[in-house]
Amino acid sequence: MFQFIVIFGVLLLLIILYTLFRISRLVSVVKGSDKKVATTSNKVNAALFMFFLFGAFGFFFWYSWTYFDDYTLPVASEHGIVTDTLFWTTMAVTGIVFLITNVLLFWFSYAYQHKEGRKASFYPDNHKIEILWTVVPALVLTGLVFTGLRAWNDITSEAQSDAEIIEIMGYQFAWGVRYPGVKDNALGEYNYQMIDAVNQFGMDLSDKNTYDDFMPIEMHIPKGKEVLLKIRARDVLHSVFLPHFRVKMDAVPGMPTHFKFTATKSTAEMRAELENPEFNYFVTCTEICGRGHFSMVMKLVVDEPADYEKWKAEQPTWLKLNPDYLAKVPEANRELAKIKSGMVEGDENNLKASL
Amino acid sequence: MAIADIHVTEETHSDGHEHHDEHHGNFWTTYVFTIDHKMIGKQFLITGIAWALIGGLLSVIFRLQLGFPDMQLEWLRPILGEWITAEGKLDAEFYLALVTMHGTIMVFFVLTAGLSGTFSNFLIPLQIGARDMASGFMNMLSYWFFFASSVIMLISLFIETGPASGGWVIYPPLSALPQAVNGSGLGMTLWLAAMALFIVSSLLGGINYITTVINLRTEGMSFSRLPLTIWAFFITAVIGLLSFPVLFSAALLLIFDRSFGTSFFLSDIYIGGEALPNQGGSPILFQHLFWFLGHPEVYIVLLPALGITSEVIATNSRKPIFGYKAMVGSILFIAILSFIVWAHHMFVTGMNPFLGSIFMLLTLIIAVPSAVKVFNYLATLWKGNIRFTPAMLFSIGLVSFFISGGLTGIFLGNSAIDIQLHDTYFVVAHFHLVMGSASFFGLLAGVYHWFPKMYGRMMDAKLGYIHFWLTFVGVYMVFFPMHYIGIAGYPRRYYSFTNFDTLNNFTDLNMFVSVAAILTLGAQFIFLFNFFYSMYRGRKATTNPWQSNTLEWTTPVNPGHGNWPGKIPTVYRWPYDYSKPSAKEDFIPQTIPFSETPESNLPHENDMIKLETDSDQKVVVVDEK
Repeated sequence: MFQFIVIFGVLLLLIILYTLFRISRLVSVVKGSDKKVATTSNKVNAALFMFFLFGAFGFFFWYSWTYFDDYTLPVASEHGIVTDTLFWTTMAVTGIVFLITNVLLFWFSYAYQHKEGRKASFYPDNHKIEILWTVVPALVLTGLVFTGLRAWNDITSEAQSDAEIIEIMGYQFAWGVRYPGVKDNALGEYNYQMIDAVNQFGMDLSDKNTYDDFMPIEMHIPKGKEVLLKIRARDVLHSVFLPHFRVKMDAVPGMPTHFKFTATKSTAEMRAELENPEFNYFVTCTEICGRGHFSMVMKLVVDEPADYEKWKAEQPTWLKLNPDYLAKVPEANRELAKIKSGMVEGDENNLKASL
Repeated sequence: MAIADIHVTEETHSDGHEHHDEHHGNFWTTYVFTIDHKMIGKQFLITGIAWALIGGLLSVIFRLQLGFPDMQLEWLRPILGEWITAEGKLDAEFYLALVTMHGTIMVFFVLTAGLSGTFSNFLIPLQIGARDMASGFMNMLSYWFFFASSVIMLISLFIETGPASGGWVIYPPLSALPQAVNGSGLGMTLWLAAMALFIVSSLLGGINYITTVINLRTEGMSFSRLPLTIWAFFITAVIGLLSFPVLFSAALLLIFDRSFGTSFFLSDIYIGGEALPNQGGSPILFQHLFWFLGHPEVYIVLLPALGITSEVIATNSRKPIFGYKAMVGSILFIAILSFIVWAHHMFVTGMNPFLGSIFMLLTLIIAVPSAVKVFNYLATLWKGNIRFTPAMLFSIGLVSFFISGGLTGIFLGNSAIDIQLHDTYFVVAHFHLVMGSASFFGLLAGVYHWFPKMYGRMMDAKLGYIHFWLTFVGVYMVFFPMHYIGIAGYPRRYYSFTNFDTLNNFTDLNMFVSVAAILTLGAQFIFLFNFFYSMYRGRKATTNPWQSNTLEWTTPVNPGHGNWPGKIPTVYRWPYDYSKPSAKEDFIPQTIPFSETPESNLPHENDMIKLETDSDQKVVVVDEK
């Protein structure tokens, strides 16, 4: 019954609209306004452009000003400060152009609306003006290009040799992180054909560097020290996005990528700054990767350097958590693996000596 | 009408093809398998409108999900069936399919076929003074390949595993592996088949447009006298001819990877509990191939709209377009640059950063010719005597979108800034304004402007005004807020933001956008009504309702096949002699010789008078032979 009433109402509305339309047409035919150019409509449309100009710019400035803190994201990395500056510089330049051109567009539309008896000015070209408005944008853009290039080159330059290396891998639909381990500080080799339900990273256990690698469930990075993310994907494209650090890089199956950055604010500092004790940094995905694309969130914690070292030392190695995989370690290395993975107490240097 | 035509056919069927000027076919040869460029243009237009409706509806469905994530969508079950989950929510995978199909349909089927297909076909012969396209048969094939492509794409919407759902850019491995997402099964196969046919259609059309513009221009229609619409269609066709084959190669290699076990784009993949044997391929290769079409595609979509706007703004400002040569130059320059900027879509794909810097440099250069175009439009409006026809309103709207959306391109083209903005809503806002809405407005401006030529009747202007204002304000309400959402770091193609603490601030703004999107789509029904109503009941058009200079307005109100009943008119001047000082009227059509307008001729034009008679004599000599 309710549906019937709705359908009936809509039909009635359409009939009323159609009737109004017919009436207005007949009136305009009687008045003969069809054949005139300087009609009321022409004036109304011209006036609406001015109305739109003020209305839209009013909204634009009001929202941009009032909600500034809501739509700007605090920045917590060194290069992020640079790119944010570039962003706001570009905003200033384009903002001015945006204002001027839109104002001219709507103002001209209003000011030069049709008037009976006036003739438009025959003004087909003016080379001086044309050269001027070709050269000026070119110069402004050159400025933007070169500041941008400098930043881009810095961001993509080689990482420092002592940078903290962390591997991050995207898969449907989560992130995994792997740390080089405190004993050798080197990531072990991997091979995608060795991946299974437990060995998610496909670590090649014949490589000694894998024994102390560990994979925590949340990501930690140190404050003030350069971090080099080694990025890869296991199934389809993903993209590592750390919004607060202005970091983004695709994770590509078969082609490892990387991104370096330095965090400037610890989680605690950011919580204080935002006055939000619940705040957490996070990693998310920005390359469409299937059903769970929107849910690839991983918590990220920025620690003070000392806390970070402490946290690292506390993490159990992967091999210690999965002792079954000792069987896959070559016989000769098993003792070393046990010591490096922390399964048994011991000193690996002694072991080497005894061998 | 149809009955009358069939009647005529019965009598003249035997020699129906010999009389070129009065071609009467039966229903099938007039409306279906027609080789008349005007009818083919209309076929593209009607199909394009149907696709625009479908594409628009798809977007409204996913806007419901984004604006009202808690909404019960049980009432959509009659249409969407199993894509509504047991809890009455939109299926997350179908959300991706909606986004993918919305993009594919709008970019290719509406703004490429619907825009270029309609207006290149309809206007090229009419505006250059030709009886038809160089090859009417190829032109017919072009439409029917497009139709076949449309049918396949439409079918893919209804299959059980759903249509393609890897984004309109169909990046592998996602698009290559059915185990990664359901849409990469049969849906993707149909997508690829449909696109292959689409490319054939586009090439058949493009070759025709280019050949026709080069070879079939009437006496006196030199390149420097071509209307800017024709320049735009011509260059667009050249871009399409050079770039679509590259998409075809990408699609072909993807088909090989999907069906024949090759590894062009696949390497080191572990999915669904098994390691795939493919090694040595590169997903980045696909992206290079895709964007080698994908970026020029932006201009394939945009240039015709800019061409239409140039014509409409000049006519309705009653002024010559400012800087004709600069306009042509910027079209050419944009066309060349469009081929060497593609990798700006790939700054953060892991591509060599040095390549990134080169592409950033080239990308920002493209802002210069774009800026020149905007300034020229503004200068054309300046000191005009503007008539706000619906077409003019949409053209002004286009310029506004082109400015607003073009400026954000300067952020995204800057690789350092793009790191943060890439694949966020900022990008969505950018291209929907500069390419989507601007081109869409160009399409609407074209329909309003050339409707009298297409159907011999006028569209209702008042409904046109209402349609414009609702759509213009609506489009800004939909896409402007997305800039803020993007600056806040919200990634695109997200089914929902509810599992983010930080990314959960904009529920109200997203709701606003969704409501605006629904209203904007609703406003399009005013246009639909106006379009179909005016086709049959609109006021009868006069020969030259907008007092325009170009050749199409010298044909009869309802031109038959062959366009001009007698001899094709000769062209003596450029198409923008509006409001010439001391001229009798404020427009002088291209067919009026300088010898007839001594009062308004500029000094160098008086010298042309001698040439006019010369060329006439030459024609006579040729005829005598």
